[in-house]
Amino acid sequence: MYRYDDRDRAIINDRVAQFRGQTERYLAGELSEEQFLPLRLQNGLYIQRLAPMLRIAVPYGLLNSDQLRRLARVSRDYDKGYAHFTTRQNLQYNWPQLEDVPAILAELAEVEMHAVQTSGNCIRNTTSDPYAGIALDEIADPRPYCELIRQWSTFHPEFAFLPRKFKIAVSGSEQDRAAIRVHDIGVQIIKRGEAIGFQVLVGGGQGRTPVIAETIRDFLPEEDLLSYLEAIVRVYNQLGRRDNKYKARIKILVKALGPEEFGRRVEEEWQQIKDGVEKLTPEALQWAKSFFTAPDYKTFDDAASTAALQQQADSDKAFARWLERNTYPHRVPGYRAIKLSTKPTGVPPGDVTDRQLEAIADLADTFSFGEARATHDQNVVLADVEQGQLYELWQQARKHGFATPNIGTLTDMICCPGGDYCSLANAKSIPVAEAIQRRFDDVDYLYDLGDLNLNISGCMNACGHHHVGHIGILGVDKKGEEFYQIQLGGSASNEASLAKVLGPSFSRAEVPDVISKILDLYVEQRRAEEPFIDTYNRIGLQPFKERVYAKAS
Amino acid sequence: MPKPVKLGPQPGNPRELILNSEVCPNEWQLLPQQEEGENIEANALPSGKIILPLRQWQAHREALAERSAEVGVWLDSDEGAELIGREAANLPLIAINFPAFADGRGFTAGRMLRERFGFKGELRAVGGFMRDQLTYLQRCGFNAYAFEGDQSLTSLKESLHDFGDSYQSGVDQPLPMFRRRF
Repeated sequence: MYRYDDRDRAIINDRVAQFRGQTERYLAGELSEEQFLPLRLQNGLYIQRLAPMLRIAVPYGLLNSDQLRRLARVSRDYDKGYAHFTTRQNLQYNWPQLEDVPAILAELAEVEMHAVQTSGNCIRNTTSDPYAGIALDEIADPRPYCELIRQWSTFHPEFAFLPRKFKIAVSGSEQDRAAIRVHDIGVQIIKRGEAIGFQVLVGGGQGRTPVIAETIRDFLPEEDLLSYLEAIVRVYNQLGRRDNKYKARIKILVKALGPEEFGRRVEEEWQQIKDGVEKLTPEALQWAKSFFTAPDYKTFDDAASTAALQQQADSDKAFARWLERNTYPHRVPGYRAIKLSTKPTGVPPGDVTDRQLEAIADLADTFSFGEARATHDQNVVLADVEQGQLYELWQQARKHGFATPNIGTLTDMICCPGGDYCSLANAKSIPVAEAIQRRFDDVDYLYDLGDLNLNISGCMNACGHHHVGHIGILGVDKKGEEFYQIQLGGSASNEASLAKVLGPSFSRAEVPDVISKILDLYVEQRRAEEPFIDTYNRIGLQPFKERVYAKAS
Repeated sequence: MPKPVKLGPQPGNPRELILNSEVCPNEWQLLPQQEEGENIEANALPSGKIILPLRQWQAHREALAERSAEVGVWLDSDEGAELIGREAANLPLIAINFPAFADGRGFTAGRMLRERFGFKGELRAVGGFMRDQLTYLQRCGFNAYAFEGDQSLTSLKESLHDFGDSYQSGVDQPLPMFRRRF
């Protein structure tokens, strides 16, 4: 993974000192609430319902074991001993004291971490594929480009006060696992012959007005990545709306101008700067790639190691289930990636305790070259595990509450913190997630249902990605009461689609029954091995609507 | 975006400002925008160093040719640097208004004036920008900061040095770090 040198360290330390000064000025009354707001936001600090919330950047989800241990210590010393993995591969603390934040940032800087631009109207943490570097369908590793984007966007002097927040995602594989079509900019790595380049999409997003991104460039040469991004953000900074925050995202500008015209303006700007200093040099590309080389893999006989694994699976059904759902193929024979589930029933999705963070660090050190990856579905990946060690790893993961074999199933929900924490929320989301997990806790049934994404947001800002869930649940406020709208058919994959609203909303107590009716219809209607989303796409919304809203006869 | 019919907040004329990292007396008088249709005649403009709103400068540019050393222009946040364009190279001063600190269009305008349109004169931030934006402003080519309000400029200017290095290119450090690491 990327490691800081003295220059990176100096910049982050300058930031810690700057924020310490800003916090002191605020506490001394020299900075007004209004003036402090953008400063604290650009350091990831929100004021939530009950306490401040501090969002720590985890660049494209990569963590090493030292960082995990430090995150654990901070949660113990400054918070209530737990933290929350977000859908942007970041980590949040829900209970820090405002006056402690400078000290927390100093502790994090010691392990090359920060909270820079995790909020505010600026370029946010770049996200990517949690299986980067190991996926079978990878065209090229996205992480060097993510790191180059991270550096380019960090304290970018021109783009710290954009019309609205700005999110970039990079996918390096054929299957999009980074949801690039619902980002302000989506970057898809492609190859023409041996030359690496990028397909560039703009104007995707969730929130109040969900939009699927449009391609404005089919092939951008590798060395032009940063200058082209600069051109896009420059056009947006000048032309994006600032009169209405709900119309300020780049997707609204792209819609207003049309993708062709928007792309034309970007191209015009880019022509002026493409051969300038932001053009990536061969040395810079080589240097960025040097941080993401393959670890010291052993050589295994794939057939023998797979056969041994099969034997273990045959003799232990629980292990077999975990193997099926929670592990992922690896490009190197004899290795697999595994996903630690943060979603056992009764725990808010994405929440981990300080001890669990330390357990992840230990597991990473023992089984996966000391590294772990936060995923956008709020779980944690260990990317490089020897097949022969999976059984041992599974037993240890189980001990720490990470081995719920539900990855990719109904109970592996994406869920925002909702009304329990967030001051924007219209409704709670965590209790809804728990009610669904309790209702559908029969593992055999979950397996039979197969791949199914259920996403829950507590308000239309869509932090829980409800627009792109196969089943999406949106908390709404109806005359002061919490209600839930159900949506069907969303997807953040290559065939990205936005979910459609089923009909009138339901009370919280009704939600599990509604989900149950939807699933019953799916099971009745599916053809052999057909996943939920395919059945939905084949039969459409209407049959689900009829089933859910049928009058009792 | 259509130009708002109503004029936005107009920048003021503080007595002192930060210029090239020093606290200096403000020698320029910034004139407010006029309502649509109203126009001051060129010969009715005040004497001395003046900063004209863009539209007035466009209207009087030729009439003021003899005063060119004492006539600057100010851009509002919805007026891009291209509206001055290459003319910038002949101007002694350009001011850019930040109607609110959250309106970041002026950062792009500053950079364009310096990097694309060859502006060498005084680039002045006016209006509602704030102390904590000083390093960003400096990196975008500003060298003068006309703070409004009663804050001590001597303590404000410390924030020009919040950061000792930067990742991407800017007016102050034209080379991105990836060209300086090796």
